[in-house]
Amino acid sequence: MNKKKLYPWYFAIGSVFIYSLLSVIPGIIGIGYSFTDWSAYSSELHFVGFDNFKTVFSGDNDYLRYISNTLLFTLVTTICKTSFGLLLALLLCSKVRFKNFHRGVLYLPSVIPILVTGLTFTSILNPKIGFLNTFLRAIGLDALAKQWLVDPKMAFPSVMTVDIWRGTGYIMTMLIAGIMAIPSVYYEAASIDGASGFKKFVHITLPMLRQTLAVTIVLNVIYGLKIFDMVYALTNGGPGHRTEVMYTAVFKMFSKGLYAEGTTISSVMFVFMIIIGFFMVKILTKDEVVE
Amino acid sequence: MVGGRKGRIKDIILNILAILVSLIMIMPIVLIVINSLKATGEAMTMTINLPKKIELGNFATVIEKGKLVKSFLNSIFYAGGATIITIVLGSMSAYVFSRRRSKGFGALYMYVVLGMVIPVNYVSLMKVMQTLALNNSSLGIILLYVAIQTPFMIFLLYGFVSKIPVELDEAAVIDGCNAGQLYFAIIMPLLKPAIVTGMVLCFLNTWNEFVMPLYFLNSSDKWPMTLAVYNFFGQFETSWNLICADVILTCAPVIIMYLVGQKYIVGGQTAGAVKG
Repeated sequence: MNKKKLYPWYFAIGSVFIYSLLSVIPGIIGIGYSFTDWSAYSSELHFVGFDNFKTVFSGDNDYLRYISNTLLFTLVTTICKTSFGLLLALLLCSKVRFKNFHRGVLYLPSVIPILVTGLTFTSILNPKIGFLNTFLRAIGLDALAKQWLVDPKMAFPSVMTVDIWRGTGYIMTMLIAGIMAIPSVYYEAASIDGASGFKKFVHITLPMLRQTLAVTIVLNVIYGLKIFDMVYALTNGGPGHRTEVMYTAVFKMFSKGLYAEGTTISSVMFVFMIIIGFFMVKILTKDEVVE
Repeated sequence: MVGGRKGRIKDIILNILAILVSLIMIMPIVLIVINSLKATGEAMTMTINLPKKIELGNFATVIEKGKLVKSFLNSIFYAGGATIITIVLGSMSAYVFSRRRSKGFGALYMYVVLGMVIPVNYVSLMKVMQTLALNNSSLGIILLYVAIQTPFMIFLLYGFVSKIPVELDEAAVIDGCNAGQLYFAIIMPLLKPAIVTGMVLCFLNTWNEFVMPLYFLNSSDKWPMTLAVYNFFGQFETSWNLICADVILTCAPVIIMYLVGQKYIVGGQTAGAVKG
């Protein structure tokens, strides 16, 4: 059978073309632009060498903090979503009643636009009149009623918490699917050998979930590094750039017409993500190699 | 028997825990529903108190003031258009990648799937959009969504195509099928469950997206629901009844989709993560 004739190359051309044109090419020409003084204020372009990179990495301004904030956000949300997700998956795979209802409710925030979640939480977390503080005061926990998104120290943890609230159900759902795929004979055999619940978890569930856990971690990391909507809706980087992440900073530079700085940060991210992305994609596509 | 009693206490604790977690998850949603039904004076702040009188007029007000009909149609157009193009082109690519498996096509598959990871450079993308005269155009937004959604879709469908036996292709060729007939008449119908999953996910993601319009759509009459709701939030900052009504109207289509197509959404998003 002639594979070339039966599965013609031009079947693949449409999507590869659109993807290359609007996703890959901007990334590559962006690297080129990051060596120029491109801005909205001048129509001429000048080559400036590594000046933009020096500005970003010099530490004279807040750029480094945007990068470290993004990394911190990714680290914290990934750890929390994965561990809470795993605990909830175990809980909702045990003999709890109304399992499907709970699972459905926990997954629900994942289908709501992130922007809408963010906007809703700006009201809930309002220090004076927000639902959370009103509730805490009503049950006598005044001390816990903090200045959530306003206090520079509290703002970033609050943003991360809202994102964990939003994303844990999704991770839990994937892990439940993973747990359900573990053949029950393993557990039966372990029970006959007298293994405790904890032992079964450590010696059966965790090892069998390794691939699923790897995938959820990869997805969390990708999501975290690209975070924009949640921060934009909750704080827009404030107070005083305390919650600024790379993509919100890029959007601000874009709005101000500081294209060279914007494209430089984007390019740093682009190169970084391609390098780690290669390994991540290997993890994501691992199953198919086995099949 | 002693174990039975201990087990029952454990059961009760686990049940309470599950109920608590569900409560934390559902509380904001309950808040939005309650407040969307309140009169303006009552909804200066979002509280859990039930409305004194149910004010369904909020929805009519929002639809009129927020120009929601227009942005609803825009959202349908963007999400629908992007979904159809992504699925048709993406499934054809996934099919060729999965069947040919040569070194070159393997590399091309990796190149496309890498798109799930690489970040968008919005600044230089603007330059590309301007050059192609796609800035501030509906077609531009649809093509952008196609570019963003394609990698995951090819990744998802690739796995499903691999499960269709090649013997089927051989039989079809013996019966006189050409390449186009083989794909569109034989393979694509077999991919239907995967394609439905892909369509639901693609529509959902595109409906919820708002960064692309934020960068590339200047005229408000082209805005989708998400951007309209953001703008509305800025205008009516203290009228939480209206904001909540707007939020509900924005989320309703995706929540309905979720309730109807739960199987497809969850199945699709967990595909690839779980063996089997």
